[in-house]
Amino acid sequence: MLKQRAETLGVHVILIAYSLIAIGPILLVVMNSFKARKAIFGAPLAPPNADTFSLVGYAKVFHASHVVTYFGNSLIVTLASMVLVLLLGAMAAWALTEYRFRGSTALALFLSIGIMVPIRLGSVAILKMMRAAGLNDTLTALILVYIAQGLPLAIFILSEFIQQIPKDLRDAARCDGVPETRIFFEVIAPLLRPAIATVAVFTIVPIWNDLWFPLILTSSDSTHTITLGVQQFLGQYITDWNAVLAALSMAILPVVAIYVIFSRQLISGLTAGAVK
Amino acid sequence: MAEPMSQVVASMPRGRFLALMALFLGPSVAVYTLFSIYPLIATMALATYTTDSAGAYAFVGLANFVTLLADSVWSKPFWNAAWNNLIFFAVHMAVQNPIGIALAGLLSLPGIRFKSLYRTAIFLPTMLSVVIVGFSWNLILSPLWGVAEGALKSVGLGGWFAPWLGLPSTALATLALISVWQFVGIPMMLIYAALLNIPDELVDAARVDGLGNFRIFWHIKLPLVLPTIGLVSVLTFVGNFNAFDLIYSVKGALAGPNFASDILGTFFYRTFFGYQLQLGNPTMGAAVATVMFFIILVGVCFYLFVIQRRMRRYAF
Repeated sequence: MLKQRAETLGVHVILIAYSLIAIGPILLVVMNSFKARKAIFGAPLAPPNADTFSLVGYAKVFHASHVVTYFGNSLIVTLASMVLVLLLGAMAAWALTEYRFRGSTALALFLSIGIMVPIRLGSVAILKMMRAAGLNDTLTALILVYIAQGLPLAIFILSEFIQQIPKDLRDAARCDGVPETRIFFEVIAPLLRPAIATVAVFTIVPIWNDLWFPLILTSSDSTHTITLGVQQFLGQYITDWNAVLAALSMAILPVVAIYVIFSRQLISGLTAGAVK
Repeated sequence: MAEPMSQVVASMPRGRFLALMALFLGPSVAVYTLFSIYPLIATMALATYTTDSAGAYAFVGLANFVTLLADSVWSKPFWNAAWNNLIFFAVHMAVQNPIGIALAGLLSLPGIRFKSLYRTAIFLPTMLSVVIVGFSWNLILSPLWGVAEGALKSVGLGGWFAPWLGLPSTALATLALISVWQFVGIPMMLIYAALLNIPDELVDAARVDGLGNFRIFWHIKLPLVLPTIGLVSVLTFVGNFNAFDLIYSVKGALAGPNFASDILGTFFYRTFFGYQLQLGNPTMGAAVATVMFFIILVGVCFYLFVIQRRMRRYAF
């Protein structure tokens, strides 16, 4: 019994130590962003107190960059991509798992290429295409690319979920003469809600965090996303530690807040066998 | 998979069934083909052309690839980036995946409390943008701030500190470890999910036989999650050979010092867009992307046809 308790204690020590390694650096950046310059360098590990508290970095970020525009752009791009990836992905996943027709397996294979092959490698042609279509430097270009990028994995994950839905459900609806489109939108789609967290982690978070496509497809301030905006701001203000720490914290805090709120569903969605 | 389709669907007129499929699959297939598959093929096609200063394209066959792999102006940075990328991947395989497996093993032990708290904390960095993570570590490891140096001093290892991100000998390994720190949550989560799926009877039987937790993990659980470890490995491979953001945000497009941290992603970016006085070259950029595509293809095929096939025998 004693041996077992010592073992449990050891496990907790390791897990606590690793958790600290994981969140320590994030905490350090956020904590110091609320401090005056002198305190950042004088006592980096001390939390801000009445003497050292300062928002000068945040004021600088709001003053010197289009942070509100960037944030709005990221929100538009991510939300539009999310809605369309989930809607189109669920429709495709439903059609591929529910109906068998000639070529359905081939089509499923074709759609799964994108899970393994990064769309980034097509960037040269994507830029050329967007320029030709007059979509260069627009949020639309980003949204289209992100839908194409997110769909394959979303279809894969959603298919796994759809297979777990009991067959009786749709067959009962069919016996009542409900048309196929309504079966999907009114019976199946609401049942896919638990899959949203899983799809979000694997396809939506990478969209919010992406640097590559904003870097190659957008060129003006009015179309930059927050990730690119922060990256460029950091490059310009690298010597202004208050501003840099504030910009980093502003990019960290919304993601952390959403993550902590949804982490329970998110982790249960991840471990619910969607990706075995 | 030969389940009989519902009678209602089977008796549907052919035209209506096709219209239904077009409605459900059409938009996905269209967007995906147009913005993912077509650009990949077009990029490969573009790699066989060259362009002059007037912007006219001329077909040159495989000449771009010969230049890239054999002309020392191109081949030296290319092989440097490819070699660095291999090291980047090796660090992930040697550090990230074992730590992820170990953490998953600890979390899946029976009777451990606060599991969800630990998982939330350890997975948190994975959710952040690589740009944020890169810059944060850049500050932490900076000799200017002195946080890392101070931390080492407090445990009596102050002499160990060096500006790791700035030295040619350590920059790449340091960047790889930053990436490991960020993404260790992915192997942890996937392997944890696989460990939860192991039937309790197997573990209980071993416990009755008097096996301790460590031996149960090593001899029973680990062999059963090998397929997931294979999946994690191929995901790591694809992610690493496509990496760009971290190096670009910490070291810039030049991947310094003196290209010591240059990987294929940053090399591709410089070739495509140019840097400093060097102009961008879309056709050579396309050639680099094509080579990266084939590297990733080889890795994925190795996984699908060698690793996965061999492991399916142990799958449960």
